[in-house]
Amino acid sequence: MSNRSLAHIRAIAKREIVSYFGSPVAYVFLVIFLLLTGFFTFTVGSFFERGEASLASFFAWHPWLYLVLVPAVGMRLWSEERRSGTMELLLTMPLTVWEAILGKFLASWLFLGLALLLTFPVVITVNWLGDPDNGQVAAGYLGSFFLAGAYLAIAGFTSAMTRNQVVAFILAVVLCLFLILAGFNPVTDMMTRWASPTVIETVAAFSVMTHFDGFQKGVVDSRDLLFFLSVTGFALFATALVIRNRRS
Amino acid sequence: MIRIENLTKTFGRKTVVDNLSFNVERGEVLGFLGPNGAGKSTTMRMITGFLPPTAGRVSVGGHYVVSDPIAAKRLIGYLPESAASYGDMTVHGFLMFVAELRGIDGDARKRAVNRVVDLCFLDSVLYQSIDTLSKGYRHRTCLAQALIHDPDVLIMDEPTDGLDPNQKHEVRNLIREMGKTKAVVFSTHILEEVDAACTRAIIIDRGRIVANGTPEELKAMSEAAGAVTLAVRATDAALLAERLGALPLVARCEAVAGAGPAAVRAYPKDKAAAPLLAAAVIELAEREHWRIEQLRTEEGQLDEVFRRLTLPDTVKK
Repeated sequence: MSNRSLAHIRAIAKREIVSYFGSPVAYVFLVIFLLLTGFFTFTVGSFFERGEASLASFFAWHPWLYLVLVPAVGMRLWSEERRSGTMELLLTMPLTVWEAILGKFLASWLFLGLALLLTFPVVITVNWLGDPDNGQVAAGYLGSFFLAGAYLAIAGFTSAMTRNQVVAFILAVVLCLFLILAGFNPVTDMMTRWASPTVIETVAAFSVMTHFDGFQKGVVDSRDLLFFLSVTGFALFATALVIRNRRS
Repeated sequence: MIRIENLTKTFGRKTVVDNLSFNVERGEVLGFLGPNGAGKSTTMRMITGFLPPTAGRVSVGGHYVVSDPIAAKRLIGYLPESAASYGDMTVHGFLMFVAELRGIDGDARKRAVNRVVDLCFLDSVLYQSIDTLSKGYRHRTCLAQALIHDPDVLIMDEPTDGLDPNQKHEVRNLIREMGKTKAVVFSTHILEEVDAACTRAIIIDRGRIVANGTPEELKAMSEAAGAVTLAVRATDAALLAERLGALPLVARCEAVAGAGPAAVRAYPKDKAAAPLLAAAVIELAEREHWRIEQLRTEEGQLDEVFRRLTLPDTVKK
């Protein structure tokens, strides 16, 4: 990748981040995200009652929390450009569609990373109360970050399809929900009644739950990383196709 | 600078741009005229690389827009019809962003932004967010964006749309100024702008070129071009028309309505003989001892040409 490409990606990403923090979107998102993670970890996830020094009750909720919150961040990425007409401006600048896609994706991924970093008090709490395996905690954070990236790429893809942010949001939630449910235990249990184990395993292999599990247990498996990266890559590639084919 | 060869664009079964070919050289200001939906914006979007053509090709500065888009886009400054910009940014932030995307760095970026801020009179709103600006300012912000890298080719889709008369005047002056050193294409449906700013105009209708020439050439296509209008004090129009109509060069005469002295317009039989007509009229007036109030050779009306070339099709639909 040339310096010029990097400069373009940086310019797009910078604009995107500045526009997050220039509007209430960023602050509302951060506050809601932190409140909800706190609520699910400590109240619903019974952090204290478990009596163990781990963040299992913290990470277990992330696929569900992200299901709603990440599409809310990603839905405006392209549909806003379409709606306001700046898409025409952006695509007539001397940069490639990929540079624009990467710039936008990286900006919002970094933003989600920031939200995740701001959950650090929970790490301090668990270290103060007990003696957790901090390697496991780090793996959990890594997995969570990649999970967010995969959802975000999907939300970006649905956002490129429509100028309506609500439609983009709902489509992204449905796609992400599918990625959860394919490997969600109640669903796989239900499937055992009529599907063979091979089929169930194949379907479950497409699920973020299956691949997020390892990270939560403290295992950074290259196959799990590869899964999240390929979902992300595939969604970004699909975004490029949609943008190239739907210039209007 | 701009070469357009057999450019065609269809949306579904509808042909919006139909086999268009023309060139624009440096130092030219090309006015792009046509009724709504004639394909002006679509053509401009293909030149700027936003829409891929269905057939034909466009090259800008020797770079084909489809096969070498980055090199072509680098030469182009584009003001889209929507004059869109990022509403949540300030004017300054937006221009800095565009300069950055255009690869203008460091001190040069600040200089480039200052230059277009001066050119487009944006000084007073520099640190306001674009959402809060009036339409005229938003429009000029987008125009400033198109000029920031001092492009060789300037494409503007209705650059004076939504501006007040003073701003229109400024923008036209700017276009004329730019046209001395660049290749400029702008679309409009305000016909005075062709006179005010263009060196050449193309009229397109339903995706096809129906006229292509200098403003004078286009006006000469008008029916009234070459006709002589004569106003004489203290006579009546019927008498004037009768005498003028008797001249061998004159095809027909009609009274020109209006206050003041009786006035009549005489149309020449043959446009080539039009220059002789005024002399013949003066000679007649001297013989008749008419007191001439006004005598004028018409150069033709652009709007008449425009209507004649584009109206029949619109009416048929």
